[in-house]
Order: sequence, then C-alpha cells, then structure tokens
Amino acid sequence: MLRFLLGRLAVLIPTFIGVSIIAFSFIRLLPGDPVALLSGERVMSPERHAQITHELGYDRPIVIQYLDYLWGVLTGDMGTSIVTKQPVLEQFLTLFPATLELSICAIIVAVVLGIPAGIFAALKRGTFFDQSIMGTALVGYSMPIFWWGLLLIILFSGILQWTPVSGRISLLYYFPSVTGFMLIDSLLSGQEGAFKSALSHLILPTIVLATIPLAVIARQTRSAMLEVLGEDYVRTARAKGLPPFRVIGVHALRNAMIPVITTIGLQVGVLLAGAILTETIFSWPGIGKWMVDSVFRRDYPVIQAGLLMIAGIIMIVNLIVDLLYGLINPRIRH
Amino acid sequence: MKRKLIFAAALMAATVLSGAASAKTFVYCSEGSPEGFDPGLYTAGTTFDAAAHTVYNRLLEFKPGTTEAIPGLAESWEISDDGLQYTFKLRPGVKFQTTEFFTPTRDLNADDVVFSYERQLKADHPWNKYVPGTAWEYFNGMGFPDLIASVEKVDDLTVKFTLKQKEAPFLANVAMPFASIMSKEYADKLEADGKMNQLNQMPLGTGPFAFVAYQQDAAIRYKAHPDYWNGKQKIDDLVFAITTDAAVRYQKLKAGECHLMPYPNAADVEAMKADPALTVMEQEGLNVAYLAYNTTQAPFDKVEVRKALNMAINKQAIVDSVFQGQATPAKNPIPPTMWSYNDAIEDDKYDPEAAKKMLEDAGVSGLSMKVWAMPVARPYMLNARRAAELIQSDFDKIGVKVEIVSYEWAEYLDRSKAKDRDGAVILGWTGDNGDPDNFLHTLLGCDAVGGNNRAQWCNEEFDKLVVQAKTTSDQAERTKLYEEAQVVFKREAPWATLDHSLSVVPMRKEVQGFVQSPLGDFAFDGVDLAE
Repeated sequence: MLRFLLGRLAVLIPTFIGVSIIAFSFIRLLPGDPVALLSGERVMSPERHAQITHELGYDRPIVIQYLDYLWGVLTGDMGTSIVTKQPVLEQFLTLFPATLELSICAIIVAVVLGIPAGIFAALKRGTFFDQSIMGTALVGYSMPIFWWGLLLIILFSGILQWTPVSGRISLLYYFPSVTGFMLIDSLLSGQEGAFKSALSHLILPTIVLATIPLAVIARQTRSAMLEVLGEDYVRTARAKGLPPFRVIGVHALRNAMIPVITTIGLQVGVLLAGAILTETIFSWPGIGKWMVDSVFRRDYPVIQAGLLMIAGIIMIVNLIVDLLYGLINPRIRH
Repeated sequence: MKRKLIFAAALMAATVLSGAASAKTFVYCSEGSPEGFDPGLYTAGTTFDAAAHTVYNRLLEFKPGTTEAIPGLAESWEISDDGLQYTFKLRPGVKFQTTEFFTPTRDLNADDVVFSYERQLKADHPWNKYVPGTAWEYFNGMGFPDLIASVEKVDDLTVKFTLKQKEAPFLANVAMPFASIMSKEYADKLEADGKMNQLNQMPLGTGPFAFVAYQQDAAIRYKAHPDYWNGKQKIDDLVFAITTDAAVRYQKLKAGECHLMPYPNAADVEAMKADPALTVMEQEGLNVAYLAYNTTQAPFDKVEVRKALNMAINKQAIVDSVFQGQATPAKNPIPPTMWSYNDAIEDDKYDPEAAKKMLEDAGVSGLSMKVWAMPVARPYMLNARRAAELIQSDFDKIGVKVEIVSYEWAEYLDRSKAKDRDGAVILGWTGDNGDPDNFLHTLLGCDAVGGNNRAQWCNEEFDKLVVQAKTTSDQAERTKLYEEAQVVFKREAPWATLDHSLSVVPMRKEVQGFVQSPLGDFAFDGVDLAE
C-alpha cells in the first residue's frame, strides 16, 4: 500500500511540472497584453508601456520567467496579481473556502440523490419510473447552467420569494471569517438567524451546481447496477433466500460502486468548471469568478497560480479515489 | 450589585438593539469588484465608485449632477495672470476618518496635497512604485507629468501648483478620481510599519464614508464619517453588494435586497418603469460611439467618400436594435449634455440613394472595406457586432462590400491605433471630466494620431481651434472655439458618429437624494432612505 502510494506520488511530480508549463505558456499564447489592458481605451505611451513591462519582468526571456515562476511556486510564493497588487496565494486562500463549501454541498446532494435514483431506475428498468428518471437526468445533463440558474432565481427568489437572490449571507450579518466556510462561521458568530441565512443562500447555487453531477451519477449508477444485477452471484444471493435489501444493498451495490466512485471523482473537475458559471450567476465570491475575471484582465500570475492549484486539487482527489477502490473492492489491493 | 449589573446589561442590550433598529443601511448592488482602493492606480469606474467617491475627496469636486468643478477640499483658488500658477486655499478643520486600523492626530493640511500629487509625479518618490507595476495611468494619461512643474506647500493651508504651459481644463482634471487626496500621516505610518501595500487595501481619507471592510468579490462595507466637513450623512452604513450579472441585480432590486443598481439590461428597462416599487432615472451619458475611417488611406482620404458612407448609415436602426431605444443617434463628437455642444449642426441625412450617387461622383465603384467590431460591450456600444452587421447591410445598399473583423479586446485597442490600419473601426469614449477638450483634443487632435485618434485625422484648422481652446481660460471664448471645431468636424467627417447611450439608474422608491452623475459615477453622498 505504502509502495503504491509512493509510486502515485512520484507520478504526481512530472504531472505537476507539466501542468505548470501548460498553465504558464497557454496564457501567454492568448493574444492581449496585460500592461496595455491596464489603461483600457486610453492609450499608454510606448515608453511607459516598456517601463511597466520591465518592472513586471515580462521583458525577460520566457525561460527565465518560467524558472522564476517555478522557483516561486516551490518556495510558496505564487506571485502578485497585476491588477489588485495583492499576493495571489492570499487571495486564493480567501476565496477557495467559498468554492469548496459550495462544491461539497453540491456533491453531497448529487450523491445522496443520484445513487438512489440510479438504483431505483435500474430495479424498475423499462418502466415509467426508469424512463422518467433517466429522461430528467438527460435534461439535467444538457441544461445550460446560466439559464438554469437564472430560471431558478426568477421562480424561487423573484416570484415565490422563498430564497434570497444571491450572495453567501444576508448583508445584515457581518462577522470576521474564521474558517472561510459560511455555515460554520455563521454558527461560530453566535448571531441569531445567521446560520439560517447562510443556509438559505446555499440552496439555489447548490441545486444549480449539483444538477450535472447528479445526472451523471444517476446514469452511471443505473448502468453499473444493471450490469451487476445480471451477474451470477446476485442470482445466487437471491436464490439462497437473502432479503432483497441485502442482495441489492450489499452484494450488488458494493460491486456496482467501483465505476460510480470513479465517476464521482471525475465530477470534481466538472464541479470546479461548473462553479465558474454558478459563482458568476449567484455572485458567489469563489475562485471560479476570480479566475474568469483574471482571464479577461490577462492577470498572468493569478491565472497561472489558479490553474496550478486547481490541477493540484484534481490530482489529489484522483489519488484519493484510487485509494478508495481498495477499500471498496478487496480484490484491488495495490 | 448583581442587580445593578443586570440592569446595566439590559440597558446596553436595549441601546444596541435600538441602535440596530434605527441604523439606516443603504445597499448598492455594484457591478463588479474594485481592482483596489487607491484611485491613482486604476482607470475603471467600478474602482472609482468604491474608493474615490466614498472614502476620498479632491481639491475640487464636480457639483452633483453636473460637470461643473466646485470647491472641495480647496475652498478657493487663484490663477496667476500668465495662467501658469494655481494657488489653492485649503478648507480649515477637515477631519480624516478614524477607523479601526488608523486614528489620525491632525486635520488635513498642505502636506497631504503635496504627498498625493508628488507620489504620482516624481519617479524617485518613495511611494512612486509602492506596488508592482504601478502605472499611475490617469495621471499620465491626462498629461500631468509634462504639465506640472512643481507642487509646493506655501503654508499649512496653501498649496501652489506651477504648470509648464497654460492648460484650461486643469481645474476639471483636479476634480477627477485619480487626484484624490490621501492622508500623509497614514501613509507615513504604513511606510514605517513596512505595510505600504495596505494603502491600496484599506483606504483612509476625508470623504463622506469611512472604509470598514472588503470581503473579496462579495461586499464592501462603509460607515458614515461622523465628522465629515460637509455634514454627516443621513444613512449610517453603506454596503456595496457585488453582483456582476445585470439580470441578477434586477432580481435583487425587486426583492429589496438592494436599493439601487447600475447598468440594467436594456431589455429590462420597460418592466422596471412599470414596477410601482421602483423609480428609474435616465440621463444621456457623457459618451459617444463612432466609426472611425482611416483618413490617410484611399479612398477614405476623400471627404466625399466619408460623407457618402455616413449618409448610408441608418443610425436610428442601430439605436433601436442595439440599445432598444436606450440611446440617441449622435451628430457631434461630443454628447449633448456637454457645454459647447453645437446643436445648430445638422446631421448627414440618411439617404442611401444620394449616398450612392455621391460615391459615383467621387469616382469610387466596387469598393470593399473592413469594419472592425469591438469584442466587448461598453456603455456607449452594447453590441458592436450587431452594429457592424447593420452597417454592413446599409453599405451593401450603396454597393460597398463590408467584411467584419474583430480581435481580442487588448489586441483590438492596440491594432486599431496603427497609422496604416486597414478599415474603419467601431469604438467610443466615455468622458472623464466633462471638458470638451477631453473629447475633441484627446480623440481628434493631431497629437493623438497613432494613438487615441483612430481616424488618423490631422486637420490643421480643427487642431488650431482645439489647441487654442485648451490654452484659453475664458469659458465663453472656449465655447465659441469648440462650436467652430464641431463645424469643421462635421464638414470633414473623419468619423461616422453613431450614438450617445442613455445612462439608466433603477432604484427602489424609498431612495431619496440620489443624484445621477453625467460622468457616470455612482456617489452616495447625500442619499437617504424614506421610513
């Protein structure tokens, strides 16, 4: 196990360097120059442009710039944003808990609803229930997030007024951030109603962000279940008179879970991508919105560091998924 | 003793509660996150709203609702006869805000003014490069380094600016956000503590609202400055709730989650006007959108060709289709709300037949050209691609083939400057200070060829007028010169002027005292909420 873990960690290093090169070079391949963007429609004189480019170090050879950036990453210095002039790492750490909180809630909703829906559809294969669950999943999977989010806001916040429109908590509450997770911080603040407010603000963005993973998980669970239900050992279990709950819950589900867990692991990338749009609609102050703004402003240090950190998170999640296989399926012992 | 304590606690609780109940909080659904809080470093209106118009003041201020510069931190000023020396008398007893992060020990004085300007002016000033890539973009963009010879303290309440040449718009420039006055005492403290970067994160000034906190990308909080020189605000707290999507801002406004929002979607404006809970303010924005020909390239070097093309453009169709009526067709390069706007000028009549004939007479046939469409929406042009398509079909009617091209925004701005650029460019401008010089000289002067002058148009007669107006201090005389310059512009037609967009501000009915700024600022000095 330890050997497996070390092996996987060793693979992570070249992957990480590869990602750093991609993050570094791709943003520079995009047309547009961050220094010129600082002045908008107003024209910056060529001398001033050259001077600022020099101050920021963008006139140095590209290899030197890369090595400088890599050294910074290794020593924990992710650089300073060209626009806000703040350390990138500091900004990332401020914003990331918001994305994480939303993503965790979304993945919980997707798993808690998606797996039972998939199992149910598999058990009732071909029936009206199966078709309606899978039909809904297909619609959910194809839903444009932006449109879906706005639709929910107009219905639940505008017409019915059940939920707040956007943000993480009502502006009436103000307390220092301790963990960065609004649900926890609102409880710690001791302010009456703060937790309820934070929770109500989470509902719509969670639904929007959970929609695609939920659909994918439900479909994956259904197909994995169908495959397993046809296996000999399930027939045997049924034949020996085990109650249906045990047959499905223990014998079938455990084996069906392996591809489902892979899918859930892969959904982390989908969640982070979905978070970009979801955060924009719901004015959710997370890294998605931060990254999009930075791409428009060609804020190289932010994009480089943001991509690298997101890639790092996805790599770590994949590693955890690999380790989970062993726990679920004793036949896969690394 | 115990009973006394309980009573004291109850009293305190009651005070806190009643305080909370009566505290008036005004929530503004702002359109984006500020880049920082030092107005000198940036050029975006979003940043100026968050920093310059809340926390800071300037020597002169724009009178609310106008572009007239009136006394701000300077209560009076004198201009020397040669027009090169400006001596400002500062208002006595102006207090800086006391915040959790800094307690000032003195009032505003000349040192603060000298500091605020010299940090941008002098390359060797310790604050000149206090954050990486400090561009002082506006200070440079307005030509201040070449204009200001020195800024001197005469006494505690007197500052003297010496200019290198006469510059009539100087007073208007001094009222712009980049010229906000900082506290030198606060800056000195930050420098001593090695925390210079904090000046851009935790601002402290003399303005109507004191900065409390910025929760990144979520909200900015301010409280009223109790000792504000122009009187304490009627509201207690001001919150900017950052909401980037216009449709979501509208929903928040409807739900009462905010009191006022900027930049609504054009399609929502009718519904907003019909909503009894909302008031909608409208004003012509201080902007213009244009199509700039490259006047140095054939056949666009011929006035008749440019005129003919101008006559072929159906501007009303652009206004209707792109702005859904939230704009007016433009005939002059400056907006109608600006002084010296020449309303006597007649626009080129939309007449495809006459345009076609005019082209034929000019000996041009089978013309094909490029029209550049901006890739982004700006207040003066919400959808340049759509406008370009309309122009394409208009030109098609007079036998001119159009190819629409576009580039990434920074690339677009850069490539469109080139003197040998191929094609006509859709672009526009939003005024900075309400002075016609800021449009006519900045965008059409000979100095700006290869830069802001996208038409590459250097007309001796026009340039003479605008340069003369720049160095004349008498406003009546300047008005005459600018009116004449607009006549030359119309005759020579370096641009097709497209539109001036309306600036629309929806707010809840209970909002009182908000004044719409022609400069497009959102300032909350003087707003109140009806009970």
